[in-house]
Amino acid sequence: MCAMSTAVAEPGAVPIRDRSMRRERRWALWGSYIALTVFAFIFLIPPIYTVITSLKTSTEISSRQGSPWLVQNPVLDNFLELAADAHFQAFFWNSIKITVVVVILSMVISILAAFALARMRFWGSAALATGVFLTYLVPESLLFIPMFQIVGSLGLMNSTWCLVLLYPTLTVPFCTWIMIGYFSSIPKELDEAALIDGASYLQMLVKIFIPVAMPGIIAATIFAFTVSWGQFLYPLAFLFSSDQMVLTVGIVTELIRGASAGDHLRIPHGLLHFRPDRRCHQGLTGVNKKLENRQGRTPWPRFRSARSTRSMTAMCRR
Amino acid sequence: MAQVSIRKIHKVYDGDVQAVKGIDLEIADHEFVVLVGPSGCGKSTTLRMIAGLEEISSGDILIGNRVVNDVPPRNRDIAMVFQNYALYPHLSVFDNMAFGLKLRKFSRAEIKRRVDEAARILDIASLLDRKPKALSGGQRQRVAMGRAIVRNPLVFLFDEPLSNLDAKLRVQMRTEIKLVHQKVNTTTVYVTHDQVEAMTLADRVVVMNQGIIEQVGPPQELYHHPKTRFVAGFIGSPAMNFLPCHVVQHGDGLAARVDETIVLSIPAARRDRYMPFKDKAMTVGLRPEHMTEIRANGKPGLERIDVRVDVVEPMGMETMVHFMVGRDAMCARIDPNTPAKANAMLPLQADMNNMHLIDPDSGRVV
Repeated sequence: MCAMSTAVAEPGAVPIRDRSMRRERRWALWGSYIALTVFAFIFLIPPIYTVITSLKTSTEISSRQGSPWLVQNPVLDNFLELAADAHFQAFFWNSIKITVVVVILSMVISILAAFALARMRFWGSAALATGVFLTYLVPESLLFIPMFQIVGSLGLMNSTWCLVLLYPTLTVPFCTWIMIGYFSSIPKELDEAALIDGASYLQMLVKIFIPVAMPGIIAATIFAFTVSWGQFLYPLAFLFSSDQMVLTVGIVTELIRGASAGDHLRIPHGLLHFRPDRRCHQGLTGVNKKLENRQGRTPWPRFRSARSTRSMTAMCRR
Repeated sequence: MAQVSIRKIHKVYDGDVQAVKGIDLEIADHEFVVLVGPSGCGKSTTLRMIAGLEEISSGDILIGNRVVNDVPPRNRDIAMVFQNYALYPHLSVFDNMAFGLKLRKFSRAEIKRRVDEAARILDIASLLDRKPKALSGGQRQRVAMGRAIVRNPLVFLFDEPLSNLDAKLRVQMRTEIKLVHQKVNTTTVYVTHDQVEAMTLADRVVVMNQGIIEQVGPPQELYHHPKTRFVAGFIGSPAMNFLPCHVVQHGDGLAARVDETIVLSIPAARRDRYMPFKDKAMTVGLRPEHMTEIRANGKPGLERIDVRVDVVEPMGMETMVHFMVGRDAMCARIDPNTPAKANAMLPLQADMNNMHLIDPDSGRVV
């Protein structure tokens, strides 16, 4: 009221409340900028350092002269040599092969599982959904001992393909959980409308659920990719020979040009995260603005609390 | 198009919650039937059972002489319009309307013909390329109706389709729904909790309460001849006034004695009908429009009541006055030129020719 009367009494004057709110907002912005800059700086130093190092010659790397942050004679020799290296090529091919298969497998399993758990009400579906997520909480360092026996008994030891069996144990639970949340946020009337329109459950999934839940699917895909591309422990434990090895372990155990290899390792990651970033965030935060706007109201409950969203974002970053 | 028969339908949830308690209803071909009632009365459950979205606990549902109890929704040849429209957000208006036809493998030319025809009826031809998010509430509602029309189904089902619209648009869409029904003339079952919607749209209104049907009939019949106190109170806005009274001998005839000062003579024509209830505690029901300012027309059956006015609500073409009789809140609809003031006495006349006498034990209008 006070602010209002001030504004009325003196045309053109900024009301007191407005002024303080604007100041508060400015402070908050400044705080955010400073905190984010510090974070970005800390997190970017190691990758920048590896990029710089990868552009140096071996002599320059071992030289104690000059600043390690500057490149005197930038060369691409390291990259070219690596690209021609038979070991590296084998690792890269193995990594790509495994990742593609694991991502496809994980997404098919988790989309089908999530659809069943979120939509086809059956006895114990809620308990099963929780159970699926609980399996994700068991650390892989505990799992790999019994896994060793299973993989051994299947005769898959020291075979790249054993990873196709192992990685989904990490990706499927979490992807299923993301997709359950996403599918649950789709209003029930949409599947009822599809049922009446003549759709079968499979048609409903393919024609309605998958397109509507695309941000969630992209988020889950990125997660599955990140896990299978960057996984270190399982290949270290289950693979021994260089022809079966994948990039993560191969570059630190068998190649000396770690820096540029590391950069190679990151390229697909970077490419993947670059474009669908916005939709990935939508998928992870569950803030499906598009869906809300499409329906013109917010009839669906948010499916995750802020806290769990944070933990999911952290996990996805892994 | 087809008739719908509901025979002894029960719906029991979780073993003991009875949502629908054995209702019977015959809906004729081309008829527009509205199920109306308060929340939890079982009207939506009944509609969803007709659609096949809820299983039937016992009883039979027939659509066009075929028992559909175990027929999945897609094979019942029905179309449904939902409260939140349930448009597919990733599809354009055209594709939303064409979705059901594509699944049923209609030819492309036939799909286009039907969608264009429906778009013309609903006046949404210019919106066919848009996505639902780019539509207003009223437009979305039309698309949802279009999706139902293109299928040319046996029965249309509407589940509170206007509840999400603002008041003005609701009135407009109500008229449009009636217009569309007049054009396509498909058997329609419409669920609402709004008795005005029910009265304005329906050929026949089905009033439901606590899982049973209270009364079925054309809107005017329900309004003028309610069979139960529930229907009398539910249909009509403002609601009917109820006054507890005793039916007593009054000269040659009968009277409803509300208290020492208010004794309302019952018209002679109803004497025989109400005689069995003499000396019993009953309830008089009088609609607000039958309690008016004193009009000097000397018609028999008009009884004077002096009341102290609590609230005056001028509506323009009429004025509502609220007052208490004993411990019962009442409402009268008077001429706007009548001088009425809050906290002042106002003489009113009750038209006892339009009274209803209700047995409070059975809740039935006698």
